[in-house]
Amino acid sequence: MNIIVCIKQVPETTEVKINPETNTLIREGVPSIVNPFDENAVEAALKLREKHGGKITVITMGPPQAAEALKTTIAMGVDEVVLISDRAFAGSDTWATSYTLSQTIKKIGGFDLIICGKQAIDGDTAQVGPGIAEWLGIPQVTFAVKIEADGNKVRVERMLEEVNEAVETPLPAVITVVKQINEPRMPSLKGMMKAKKAEVKTFKAEDIQADPKNIGLNGSPTQVVKIFTPPPKSGGEVLNGDPNENTDKLLAKLKERKVI
Amino acid sequence: MLDYLLTEEQQMIRELARKVSLEKILPKREEWDESGEFPWEAIKAFADADLCGLYIPEELGGFGQSVLNFCIATEEISRVCGGVGVTFAASALGSAPILLFGSDEQKKKYMPDIAAGKKLAAFGLTEANAGSDAAGIETTARKEGEHYILNGTKQWITNGGEAETYTIIAMTDKKKGPRGASSFIVEKGTPGFTFGKKENKMGIRCSTTRELVFQDCKVHQSQLLGKEGMGFILAMRTLDLTRPGIGAQAVGIAQGALDEALKYSRERVQFGKPIATLQAVQHMMADMATQIEAARALVYSCARMIDAGSKNYTLPASEAKLFASDTAMKVTTDAVQILGGYGYMKEYPVEKMMRDAKITQIYEGTNQIQRNQIALSLIKQSASKKK
Repeated sequence: MNIIVCIKQVPETTEVKINPETNTLIREGVPSIVNPFDENAVEAALKLREKHGGKITVITMGPPQAAEALKTTIAMGVDEVVLISDRAFAGSDTWATSYTLSQTIKKIGGFDLIICGKQAIDGDTAQVGPGIAEWLGIPQVTFAVKIEADGNKVRVERMLEEVNEAVETPLPAVITVVKQINEPRMPSLKGMMKAKKAEVKTFKAEDIQADPKNIGLNGSPTQVVKIFTPPPKSGGEVLNGDPNENTDKLLAKLKERKVI
Repeated sequence: MLDYLLTEEQQMIRELARKVSLEKILPKREEWDESGEFPWEAIKAFADADLCGLYIPEELGGFGQSVLNFCIATEEISRVCGGVGVTFAASALGSAPILLFGSDEQKKKYMPDIAAGKKLAAFGLTEANAGSDAAGIETTARKEGEHYILNGTKQWITNGGEAETYTIIAMTDKKKGPRGASSFIVEKGTPGFTFGKKENKMGIRCSTTRELVFQDCKVHQSQLLGKEGMGFILAMRTLDLTRPGIGAQAVGIAQGALDEALKYSRERVQFGKPIATLQAVQHMMADMATQIEAARALVYSCARMIDAGSKNYTLPASEAKLFASDTAMKVTTDAVQILGGYGYMKEYPVEKMMRDAKITQIYEGTNQIQRNQIALSLIKQSASKKK
């Protein structure tokens, strides 16, 4: 079973700071990591390889330093990595990104399964995985919490809000995974040595026959107009004093506003 | 930290050992200390990370037989938990006799599983009446045809009961005194080989310490390490080789305590400012850091000397063990002092570090024995010089 895993390098923080002038993330001084959900995707691929054999190729689109994220996955044990890096890709939204990744996947070819994290912790869109499936014209199963491969089909449990949903789909397909699916493994010393020596293959726009109309800022139908931190919620009323009296006051207020 | 001009591989070992310790040991440290549960979970993580074979040659499945690499990993593990640190290190202690004196066959039979972290090893020297005076060993091995029959009890054996592979010192000829001792590899499960209860200890509580009981335990002669009568030399050479590891454990425990003291001193406000701004506290921490660095430098230098092929390292190995363990005791005591009342409480980890540090002054030769050894080496050296 040949698997392609799509990952993203993200800043290691949940408190992202934004430059108010350019509306972009401030990345200076913030260390970069592999998007945590994508580590789950790599782990899911490694588990499938342990059971069914095959090859795992990890790809990412990003600046040259994103090669470090790919090397992290080599240390975890994947077989090959590809960096998709070109100035022409700068400013891609999720539409252009999923196009670029799907072109790369076509170029690599010979895949049975594509696994992505459910979303990136910086952009939080959860659109790229499904986008890839659309560009490739293959089935997609999102929010997977369990994957079982059987011949040329997979049985996937999707984690929904109240229930889990079991879905079966033929291969090839795109699966996005939630963090509950597994615990990503630590790197091993042998893996780290291999990663240190590894040469990361880089694809440019022409290598993947990308249509210039579909990539980068020009290929992105959505434009970020403004990113801002919304003002914190204010107002409200604090009831101080005797709990018994407060209960009566609270009940009166809730009735007054027809909440109860 | 001083720049020890570590190789990329050694830096990776440090980084990886730190990462595994923080993710797999730290969340369980308090619980394991309280319950004494054996840290199999941590050993499994070390195995997955390829950290179990750092001192074992590549052809035996290890990572290249380096005392320094092993010390770096032991230090980082002990920085988080001294109990897990000794569990990790005791397997090297149990393996050392096989690596030093084993035949190719014995090495091939036992080392790959230990290198892969599938099995642990343990070393059985100490007895109730043979501690510092290792010549007082009472366990016997009587030759009978192709076998030796072992009888006796080993005491306080680290990894006892959990390890699969034991290297045991027993007397094959009591009349010869120390020259009548021999060493055997004994596998867990051999008939006549059982374990006593797990000891309840002051520190390093998650490590196991048990009695090994031999009652007419029949061991094939192919399990003899080296030759009959080499047991005592084997034990001494083994301890020389592993003493830097105890030094590294002590450096790690001390570093962990300084880390905590520094963090606390910057947060704790008294007299309107963090106590880190008080000179009394600053000077304590400056001394702690300097002592730790000196201990680390001594341990690493000794490890490098062994890795470079030196044969005569008894003196520096004793010095490294002595200085690093005395440093660990002092630094952890000072860390408790800096944290004050909080430091004395189990809610903070420094009291555990102080309890863990104490054993490093006692095991693998008490620090008094180390001083004897050092003095003896000095006098011998001086006497051998021409006037």
